[in-house]
Amino acid sequence: MFEKVLLKNMDHPESHTIGAYEAAGGYKALATVLKKYTPDEVIKQVKASNLRGRGGAGFPTGLKWSFVPKDSAKIPYLCCNADEGEPGTFKDRALMEKDPHMMIEGMIIAAYAIGAKIAYIYIRGEYELCINRVEKAIKDATEKEYLGADILKSGFALEVYVHRGAGAYICGEETALLESIEGRRAQPKLKPPFPAISGLYDCPTVINNVETFACLPHIFERGVDWFCSIGPEGSPGPKLFCLSGQINKPGLYEAPMGITMREMIEEYGGGACSGQVKAVIPGGVSAPMFPVSDLDIKLDFESLAAAGSMLGSAGVIVLDDSACVVNTITRITEFFNHESCGKCTPCREGLDWCAKILRRLESGDGKLEDLDQLEALCSTIFGNSFCALGVGASWALQAALKHFRAEFVQHIEEKGCPFH
Amino acid sequence: MELSKKLIEQIQLVAENYPNRRSAIMPALYLAQNRYDCLHGEVLKGIANVLEIPEIWVFELATFYTMYNTEPMGKYHIQLCTNIPCQLRKADILKRFLEDRLHIKTGETTLDGKFTLSTVECIGSCDKAPALMINQDYHEHLDENRVGEILDQLNE
Repeated sequence: MFEKVLLKNMDHPESHTIGAYEAAGGYKALATVLKKYTPDEVIKQVKASNLRGRGGAGFPTGLKWSFVPKDSAKIPYLCCNADEGEPGTFKDRALMEKDPHMMIEGMIIAAYAIGAKIAYIYIRGEYELCINRVEKAIKDATEKEYLGADILKSGFALEVYVHRGAGAYICGEETALLESIEGRRAQPKLKPPFPAISGLYDCPTVINNVETFACLPHIFERGVDWFCSIGPEGSPGPKLFCLSGQINKPGLYEAPMGITMREMIEEYGGGACSGQVKAVIPGGVSAPMFPVSDLDIKLDFESLAAAGSMLGSAGVIVLDDSACVVNTITRITEFFNHESCGKCTPCREGLDWCAKILRRLESGDGKLEDLDQLEALCSTIFGNSFCALGVGASWALQAALKHFRAEFVQHIEEKGCPFH
Repeated sequence: MELSKKLIEQIQLVAENYPNRRSAIMPALYLAQNRYDCLHGEVLKGIANVLEIPEIWVFELATFYTMYNTEPMGKYHIQLCTNIPCQLRKADILKRFLEDRLHIKTGETTLDGKFTLSTVECIGSCDKAPALMINQDYHEHLDENRVGEILDQLNE
């Protein structure tokens, strides 16, 4: 069985406390980093580890940090993206509720590497227990001088604050998240400039996901070679998978990337509820779904990208053969339509139009021409707005139309949903 | 409207976490929402006064983010997740059950002001679906029986 790294402390009843974290070896990596490495050496090691962002895009973390200008007169900010909102994803919730110090230790290492003195953790408003535990963890870490004006007598200083979100999915998009911290409506901004050059309060800013930060202490405790030995070459390191939907054992599992969807569903999830998988969404609802014939595709950044989908947030949602794909994609499209920030016309108007057509199809009033209209709308929305929300929405819908066209046609011909 | 002295102090304290006062609007809205029944216009103006910023900055956030309530809510705000993982676990049955039991439609408040029923997007309980929140508390692994028991407890 694969050794747990990110979930190793979870079974301890007091795993969220600083005492339990220290007893399990916590904050030793931070001490090593501050004593042994310069900030540039930290960046170099993270680059060598090929740690890729766990928030959804999979961008190499060390490379992202290296974009922060060294000669800027402005002090960089560090932000933690804990606005976990991608449907089917609950890994950051578990990390913050049960092991908040792992994330915080990673944040301190990251802040040291980029030269940040202030960090914000943007936690979605619904996650009250996470907010309470992270705030307590910050307080306890400050008392123990892991945070504050002179961290472990190294001269390095860092203050961390929690900024509570208020129910907007779009805040998971990094420029929208920064707008939200600045006290504005969370509407994404056109890039460039990228946040690493001009982000929070127009200062260089690095934004990483909770799980990305949680990986960092382990890289410095056990070494780059160890980290790279887990999983495939292009997607190294431990990874959390969120398994949900019509599956016998839904839950949070840690596994090396590169295992197949079939292994995840059968060996970890105990198989589909009805015994027969119909479709799998591999990385939260933005990730295009696969039919059962594709279950041998591997769950890693490169394999899923090559297969026309993405690892995304690693929220693996299983549909068994009792599920209606038309109903599912209608709900997904309604979700994106609801969460569109309203800034860009193709996303705002296009998704509303798609949702109307899909509701009509689902209720049995659809026509074959509607399917062509949906295709046309998807290609108009795709890539024509500031952020990736519309891209994800149209991508998900296109996959449903491609793999399950027969089911849409069945709704039209039978003038109703065959599953209800 | 003059906000309470304690609330003003709380807002000014949280504002110190940020280099500019505009950033303090979101935490200030939460603090005010805990203090008053809802974020009506006079409360929003009060926040703008305390932070010495234009009123429109406060209004635009209170209306953009869904967790700020600009209308009065029931004592218990039931927020049923209807996103895919919960829907695949029959959240729609719970929605009908709640509407029948409370004699209201989704989006409405019971006449006695006790319950408001909303549907919400994913709340991160996908492995314990279907799930709902009542105010800030999570309730997971639900079925009609369990939801009935929860409503009975709240009605006692």
